[in-house]
Amino acid sequence: MAMNCILILLIYILGAGATLASNAKNAGKIALVTSLINAVIALILTADYLNGSDISFVQQWISNPNISLSFVVDGLSLTMLLLTTLLLPIIILASFNTLYSKANQLYALVLFMAFAMAGTFLAQDGLVYYICWELALLPIFFIGLLWGSDEWKVRKRVMVTFFIYTFAGSLFMLAAFAYLYTKTGSFAWTDLSKAILTTKEANYIFLAFFLAYGIKIPVFPLHTWQANTYEKSPTIGTMLLSGIMLKMGLYSILRWQMPIAGNVSENILKTVIVLCIIGIIYASLIALRSENIKRLLAYSSMAHVGLIAAGAYIGNTTGYQGAIIQMVAHGFVVVGLFYLADIIHNRYDSYLIKDMGGIRSQAPKFTTFFLIILFASIGLPGTFGFIGEFTLLFALSEKELLYAVFAGTSIILGAYYMLKMFQNAVLGSPNTKVFSEVTTKEYVVLGIICVVLIGLGIYPKLLTDLFI
Amino acid sequence: MSTLIALASLAVLILVLEIINLRKTIVPLTLIGLLVALGFNICDFNTIDSFYNNMIVVNKTTTQFSSLFIVLTFFIVALGQSFYKEQYDKISDYTSLKIFLLIGAYCMVAFGNMVMFFLGLEILSITLYILAGSDRTNIKSNEAGMKYFLMGSFASGFILFGIALIYGATASFDLDQIQLASSQLAMPKWFIVGFVLLLVGLLFKIAAFPFHFWAPDVYQGSPLLTTTTMSTLAKVAAVAAFYKLSLVFFPAMPANFSNLIAFLIIVTLIVGNVMALKQNNIKRLMAYSGISHAGFMLMAILLGKQAEPHLFYYMVAYAIAGIAAFSVILYVCQDKKEELVIHFRGFAKHKPVLAVTLSLALLSMAGIPILAGFFGKLFLFTQALNQGYYVMVVIAVITSIISIYYYFKVIIVMFTYKNADATTTYQKNFIYSTVAIIAIVINLIIGFCPSLIIDLF
Repeated sequence: MAMNCILILLIYILGAGATLASNAKNAGKIALVTSLINAVIALILTADYLNGSDISFVQQWISNPNISLSFVVDGLSLTMLLLTTLLLPIIILASFNTLYSKANQLYALVLFMAFAMAGTFLAQDGLVYYICWELALLPIFFIGLLWGSDEWKVRKRVMVTFFIYTFAGSLFMLAAFAYLYTKTGSFAWTDLSKAILTTKEANYIFLAFFLAYGIKIPVFPLHTWQANTYEKSPTIGTMLLSGIMLKMGLYSILRWQMPIAGNVSENILKTVIVLCIIGIIYASLIALRSENIKRLLAYSSMAHVGLIAAGAYIGNTTGYQGAIIQMVAHGFVVVGLFYLADIIHNRYDSYLIKDMGGIRSQAPKFTTFFLIILFASIGLPGTFGFIGEFTLLFALSEKELLYAVFAGTSIILGAYYMLKMFQNAVLGSPNTKVFSEVTTKEYVVLGIICVVLIGLGIYPKLLTDLFI
Repeated sequence: MSTLIALASLAVLILVLEIINLRKTIVPLTLIGLLVALGFNICDFNTIDSFYNNMIVVNKTTTQFSSLFIVLTFFIVALGQSFYKEQYDKISDYTSLKIFLLIGAYCMVAFGNMVMFFLGLEILSITLYILAGSDRTNIKSNEAGMKYFLMGSFASGFILFGIALIYGATASFDLDQIQLASSQLAMPKWFIVGFVLLLVGLLFKIAAFPFHFWAPDVYQGSPLLTTTTMSTLAKVAAVAAFYKLSLVFFPAMPANFSNLIAFLIIVTLIVGNVMALKQNNIKRLMAYSGISHAGFMLMAILLGKQAEPHLFYYMVAYAIAGIAAFSVILYVCQDKKEELVIHFRGFAKHKPVLAVTLSLALLSMAGIPILAGFFGKLFLFTQALNQGYYVMVVIAVITSIISIYYYFKVIIVMFTYKNADATTTYQKNFIYSTVAIIAIVINLIIGFCPSLIIDLF
């Protein structure tokens, strides 16, 4: 019998409940087991899907207005589901480096967030999708607020800004869905994507969606919440945010925004793409000057997702495929990078690059891992990052060569600031401070990430078969 | 009708119980009585009937709204058992006053005649004046009672004058007659003036712009349980009456009348939400939040008969969330002189379940998905977009974003551990916590299955 995708959601919820009920000592383990079970189920689901079984779940929920709990699996959803379910155990395992107080609450929130994110990727009813989208926001807000770093006042301001920012954007998306409902009488994706909109309507709906997704991704100039939030969140929160949550925005462009409001006027579309490209260059320039490794990674992440967003907005097949590939690549890369930063922070108790240096001679394994993930981040051929970035740039050049030229600078700038960071943080003369070699746990996490990045870099067909 | 008789006898019974020295049984018996009345009310669900020359009209709408009122009163009376324990010798007065208040609320939805409407309104208002001033030794409560009484009587005056002018125009107090006359005959100018005067009074009662100024002061000064009553039962009762009148009078108004209402809604939303941002007293905060919700409910009224299920849903969601929130506020502020937001600091550490309850109640009011308040807003937005009120919806969306800030302020304060006062202890209180949890569970249920309510229509 074929499995059903609803199973994943149920297991996450049950796992969250079990984690909350457990004590602080076992919470992490229960969360890890839950996420591992789901990773396995996701792989089985993938096999079922490729065999052509129906693994979707559809059930009428509310008759008036017409809303149904529909979780439908297709290539795009499945890829995102795999990204979520496979990254989550890595993220949880990576978080064992830090001892969190009230760990049961923390991991329950993490699993609940995973539930909401998986729901977002699977839902094909606009309203259910919206509900999952919002539900994902609450746990990360509390994770950042209660377990974050820095003074309470600063942290509170940062997290509230983040929350209001993202919530504000998504309310406009809700209004857009409500409007679409009045037009079509349905929230279902199949009906909405067929809705015939005039250019004027499409413009407004496109912009409403853009507010929601542009903030989440984030696209310049809606990015101001990002670096602060990444910096103040605990590492596990940062990983969830950058690894999975911002993919919700990118995924939604491909799933909802372009199919529904594809009729948008050319000028708006161009403006949005140009904004994405400005964001790439802008974030790269700031990353160049960042002295805090977490902030540097936040801006580097913003540059990368800017490229993905630009590719997604191009709207052709190459852009679509490139965006999906790069989303997966970026998910693994960014989690790896933040984990590396977290390891350094554990040893040196600092995120400032100037406090680091001389790691290579003391920890060669660590340096190797760092280098591989770094290469994947800057898109060196042979790593998975290269394939995504190349496809995206190709998609941009299909539309307009200038886009590709400007977006391409991000690769050069990216290589520059990442290598400079590597040089200052890892190389250099031996430091007086001791930097111990990676532990087994860290070895496993970094090993998995590197295997994925290189493996898919050499044989990307494994993944691309799902959606091409 | 049997509901009304049952309620009236219940109110008298309470006073009799005091006389025959059965004070301890008052609250439990009242609760049972309310359940019985609710049963009577539900039996009327599918009947359409009128009594005393069309003074009282019973139909589906009436029974639905009044069932909500009875449920709210049930909670409020239950909370009273604990709230009035220091002046338990007056419990019969307080409880019977609340039942009279419910009778007023019932008349305000079941009237078929303007006289009955006014009677209901006055019964409701006078009991509220008394309750607002019921903490006799507290100067603030005196102030609140006086303020509310003075301004409320002015509003009643306006309403009475409005009714008189409408009578002058249509020669009838009967709602059906008025509707018939206004739709078929040319109405004199003072018909419109009459309704506008009525509108002034109604806007005062639901605390909407520009007659909302009393709300924060009165909410703050009144005893906490009275504030609860005002912001839940009294508010939804006034909204229900407004809705019922709007069905008769809105069609008879000039064409651009809806613009006026839309304007009032927009300003109410803005004023309520913006003013709430800076409040550090939780009662004032809830008052302004209540003003903004009045704006939302007015929106449903503007949308007319089609939005009736959505109005009712919004009322249920708002009132139930209000009961849950106020029960927790009662719990926290049991022996505090003032109800400041700071008092909630670190509350989550002491009582995590109740802190989560209050958070959920506030999130429901803010309109976060899966809680009932979200669907309330969603239904309204969909309906409003359907009828072409785009600007109003955009403003409503923006003010909802603003509202997040002050609701979250309270939530964050509760989850602040660092500066929490470790010595603070919270008295255990079974009733407050039970009511809070039951109310929030109801909220979650109707949030998860909105059909339960919507399909009643």
